[in-house]
Formats: sequence, C-alpha cells, structure tokens
Amino acid sequence: MNGEPFVQLLTPEGERVESDVYPLELTDAEVLGLYRDMVVIRRLDVESTSLQRQGQLALWAPLLGQEAAQIGAGRAMAPDDFGFPSYREHGIAWCRGIPPSTSLRIFRQVTNGGWDPREYNYALPTIVIGNQALNAVGYAMGMQNEGADAAVITFFGDGATSQGDVNEAFVWGASFQAPIVFFVQNNHWAISEPTERQTRIPIYRRAEGFGFPGVRVDGNDVFAVLAVTRAALARAREGSGPTLIEAYTYRMGAHTTSDDPTRYRIDAELEEWKLRDPIERVRAFIVRNGIADTQHTKDVDAEADAMARTFREEVLAMTGPTPLSIFDDVYAEPHPLMDEERGQMVGLLGASEAGTLR
Amino acid sequence: MSDLTLAKALNEGLRKAMEDDARVLLIGEDIGKLGGVFRVTDGLQKDFGETRVIDAPLAESAIVGTSVGFAMRGFRPVVEIQFDGFVYPAFDQIVSQVAKQHKRSEGAWDMAMVIRIPFGGGIGAVEHHSESPEAYFAHTAGLRVVSPSTPNDGYWMIRQAIACNDPVVFLEPKCRYWEKGSVDEEAPPGPLFAAAVRRAGTDATLVSYGPAMKTCLRAAEAAQAEGKSLEVIDLRTISPLDTDTVAASVEKTGRLIIAHEAPVFGGIGAEIAARLTERCFYSLAAPPLRVGGYSTPYPPTRVEEDYLPSVDRLLDALDRTFEY
Repeated sequence: MNGEPFVQLLTPEGERVESDVYPLELTDAEVLGLYRDMVVIRRLDVESTSLQRQGQLALWAPLLGQEAAQIGAGRAMAPDDFGFPSYREHGIAWCRGIPPSTSLRIFRQVTNGGWDPREYNYALPTIVIGNQALNAVGYAMGMQNEGADAAVITFFGDGATSQGDVNEAFVWGASFQAPIVFFVQNNHWAISEPTERQTRIPIYRRAEGFGFPGVRVDGNDVFAVLAVTRAALARAREGSGPTLIEAYTYRMGAHTTSDDPTRYRIDAELEEWKLRDPIERVRAFIVRNGIADTQHTKDVDAEADAMARTFREEVLAMTGPTPLSIFDDVYAEPHPLMDEERGQMVGLLGASEAGTLR
Repeated sequence: MSDLTLAKALNEGLRKAMEDDARVLLIGEDIGKLGGVFRVTDGLQKDFGETRVIDAPLAESAIVGTSVGFAMRGFRPVVEIQFDGFVYPAFDQIVSQVAKQHKRSEGAWDMAMVIRIPFGGGIGAVEHHSESPEAYFAHTAGLRVVSPSTPNDGYWMIRQAIACNDPVVFLEPKCRYWEKGSVDEEAPPGPLFAAAVRRAGTDATLVSYGPAMKTCLRAAEAAQAEGKSLEVIDLRTISPLDTDTVAASVEKTGRLIIAHEAPVFGGIGAEIAARLTERCFYSLAAPPLRVGGYSTPYPPTRVEEDYLPSVDRLLDALDRTFEY
C-alpha cells in the first residue's frame, strides 16, 4: 500500500509540484500562515504532553506528525462549513478559532465537551470510534434540506474505517448525495494495530464501492491537503455528493499519553517518516523561494513559545466543575429524578460544599 | 371526537406535529411509499414529501446516528425502528450520542428527537419481533421513555414527545395497533410525564404500561367478580417515573402488583417495587409483587401466551399478595 499514487504539491525537500487536477495558488502571506499554524499547534501539542506528564491533564492524544493533514483540511473549510472531529483534531479546532486552552477542557476533565459547537461550527470530540461520521451525514442532510451553501467534513482515523458506523455513513452519504467530505487521517496505527489489520486495499479505494470518489493525498504536504480538501468541499457544496480523502500520514507520537509504542513498532519506521516531516518541507520552501528569512522562522518559534506559556497558565487556572453540576444539563427540561438526587447530594455535602469548584 | 385505532391515532398525531412545525421530519425503513410495516406513517410522504418522510437505507445505527446530526442542525427527527428487536444496532448511537449530547455540550445542543419503537409480543411473530427493551433505555440517563396504551394517548403523547426538547424513546404496543378507542382532538389528556389512574379501586394497586394494560384491566374485571377491588394505574411514562401517582394509590390500598411483558429480573417492576417500598413502607400490607415475562429469551410464539402476563397470572399474584 506504500506504492500507491498520491496527490503531492510539495515534496519533502520543499520543491513545488504543479498539478492540473489540483491547481493551487498561494500568496506568500498564505504560505507563512500555514507554516505558522503548524509550528504553533506542534508547540502546543508538546506543551500538552508535558502538562499531562505533570499530572495536569487526565490524558493527551498527540497530533505530532499530522500537522499538515489537520491544518490543510482545517484551512480549507469555509466559515459556514461544519466539522465533526474524532479526538485528535486539535489542529482543526485551532483553525476553527477555538482557543487552544478551551480545546483542553476535556483533557483536563473539567467537562466532557469543551465549547459551544454552534459558535465555531465545529462539533465536540467524539471518543466512540466512528459515531461522528453518522452524525456528520445527518447534519449534512439537514444542510441539504435547507438548501444551505455549505458542507460538512468529518474526521476519523484508519482504525475507524473498520467500524460499522463509518461504513453506514458512506452508504448514506452516497444514497442521499449529501454534502459531506469524509477525511481519513491514515496515520498508520490504530493504537498498536497497523493499517494492514483494518484493510486489504488502500483506504481511499473503498470509496468506489460506495459510489463516490476517493483520493489519497500526501498527508504531510499541507499544500496538497489544502487543495484536495477545498476541491472536495466545493464539490459537496455544489451538490455532487461525498468524497473520501485519505490523508496518508504518520502518528509520530504515541496513541495517547497512556500508550507505549515501543512495544509494537520499530524505530526505523519513525526515522523514515521524520524525513517527510510536514513542517520542515514548508520551511525549506519558504527559505528556498525567499519568502522569508531564517529570522522569520525564529520569530515564529518564539511566538509559539510565548503562546505555550500563556496556554499553560490558562490550563492551570482551569477549575471546576462543582459536584452539583453532575445534575446539570442531563435533560433540557425539568426532571424529577435529577431534583431528587441533587437534593440527596446537598443533604450529604451541604449546599456550600456541593457548589464548590473542584 | 373520533373513533380511531392506535395506529391511525399515531398517524394523525404525527401529521399534526408535522403541520405545526416544519422542522419535524420522519426517518425509518419503509415509512414512505409503504407507510411503515404497521402503516403508522401511511400517506405522510405523499403529503409532506421525501425530504420530510425519509425512506432510510437499511441501517439502524445510521437511522439514529443521522437523526443526531439532524437534531444538531435544529430539526426534530422522529425515528421509526421497524421492530423492537432491530433497535440494537442503534444502541451505541442512542446511549453514546443521543443520551449524552446535551450534557456533553453543556446544554448547547438539544437532542429533540423521538425514537418510535413498536414493542411487545402477542402477535404470533417470529424471533426479534416481540421484545420489550424498555429497561435498557430507562437505565440510560439523558433519555426519556414513554408508552401509550390507548388511541387517545397515542395521538397526544406522540405530539407531546415531539414537542419535548429531550430525546424520547416512544414504545408503541404493537399488539394494540389495531384496537379502536375514542380520540379527543380538542384537549390533551394531561402532561406527557404523568401516570393515569385507569380504574379506581381499594384493595390492591395494579401498575402497568403499554401492551399489558389491557390485560390488567381485564384482570381487574375478573377480580371484581371475585369481590376484590383493584386500582389500575397506567404509568404512561417509564422514565421519569411518576412515583407520586403510584404512591398515592398504594398508601390507600396497601398492596402493589407491577405487570409488564419484559422479563421481571432487572426490569421496570423492580425499580417501582424498590421505590414504593421505600416510600410507602408503613402503608404496605404485603411486599410488592411482579408479574412479567420469564427471564428467558422471548419464546417461539406458539407458547407466548404462557410467557406473557395473563389474567390468570395477575389473579394469582393478587391471591399471593393477600396471603401476607
């Protein structure tokens, strides 16, 4: 599955490749913007891992190595488009304008959500693998019913493609020609299981069997991901139905901070993928073409460091919830059992203790 | 006032809800041209179109999972699961997304959806067509679970469930679909999440819901002939439970029998028995008794009469409650 063709617009060495199918014109400012996005989310990812190691987060799911896949896709979305993530899409959340520390509320376990999805047109993380693909198709069908000029993009991994929900989402998306883009980050590992355990053919080729196009893109090439995702979203918005995008990338870190990848994969593989680093190739492109000098990249690094410091402070300052909040928002309308059990807790802890932030 | 079957009353209730609110849409298998295998959605696609009465690909997880997305977009989807035993592929979406999305989003997203499920036995069907899965849903926080037992309740409760901003699992007693009753289209019988006393009595309280209600009322008739006065309560809502109505009755009668088609072990009857014992301990003359399906898979329907709560089994329980 390694030898399959994929769309690449920027080589690992930083050389631009032209494509008739996916033409991409970027201003210097746009190139520098994509570069900054990737540097920042990588820096915040490192900071998040440290926070978890210091006992400040319950868990962290690192995105290291998948920056181009996420920034390319995230920046392809229009404001009215709607995204449905899994739980590793911190880069997409960044592109949707969600403050980075807000993205961490779930990982600090002050909530099981984090933000108001309507504010950012971006759903909450979905932890049950593949559920969100169906929710996304339903949302897209809703847009279709309204005649909205918008599309939905849903994110999941190679492991999720084995789930019934994802396959049902393919069937429904095709059947109703829903304005939906299925974006698979094939990062090669579903915790300890390689992609070969999930599929005998390249993932993007599955689309044909469901009746819509599939495309494999170099997931470490932010230009290519941007161009391919833009095209798929445009196709969805104009009523031509779903596209499956397989962003071919690599999970350079662990599955989560609870995982130990040394038990199931070899260092050589990681070394090979380091040569295809998503950020290095853009840095090379920038320098090679004189878009900015090395001082600029140093400035971006310094900016990312400063953001990481603020981010850390914000995360450490996060408190809550209160014990009583357990009963909030379980139902939208009054519910006698909630009242009864809330009363029991107040009886046990006292109103003040039950209302104190943890 | 009209004389309607339960199926027709539900159909009329759905029609009214769709007329009242353009965001209401129906999703299910065979609900369009065919009108549903029980004809509950008969004629609705013709009148409201294919984008509001959606014939679903044959995938229950997707029926519920896409409805979650519709609800997020502000629609009010009404799902039809064709039979009780086919809801399990959707169980994950119901438990993990439908039930928890409001809480997870800290109140931002309402899951205003109704999951209609024809449930219960007594129709001589094959396997997977006669089950009573209500306890699974009642056990899941975030869901509400109701069941109408009469055409009037069918007409009103489906409208009230659709208007509710929480997800409602709506269990339709399929063996009663074809039974007629009077429907008052002018005034609702009361709030959705409240029980109803169907027959006043003094000697014992019989609580049930859905398909077993008719059996309970027949048992009360038979008991009357034997000189025992049974108060019969139709729960209507399984979650939340209207404990107040049941408690008021038990405080009066001192005896409680709970009947449902679902297996007794771990069932709704156990919850009612525990709650009423706690609340009415000093009023009870006997422990609450439960009559229900046996703790087995639903049997081949040649023997379903022996499995389901019957008048004889209810009267036997009545005798036992007087042995204390």
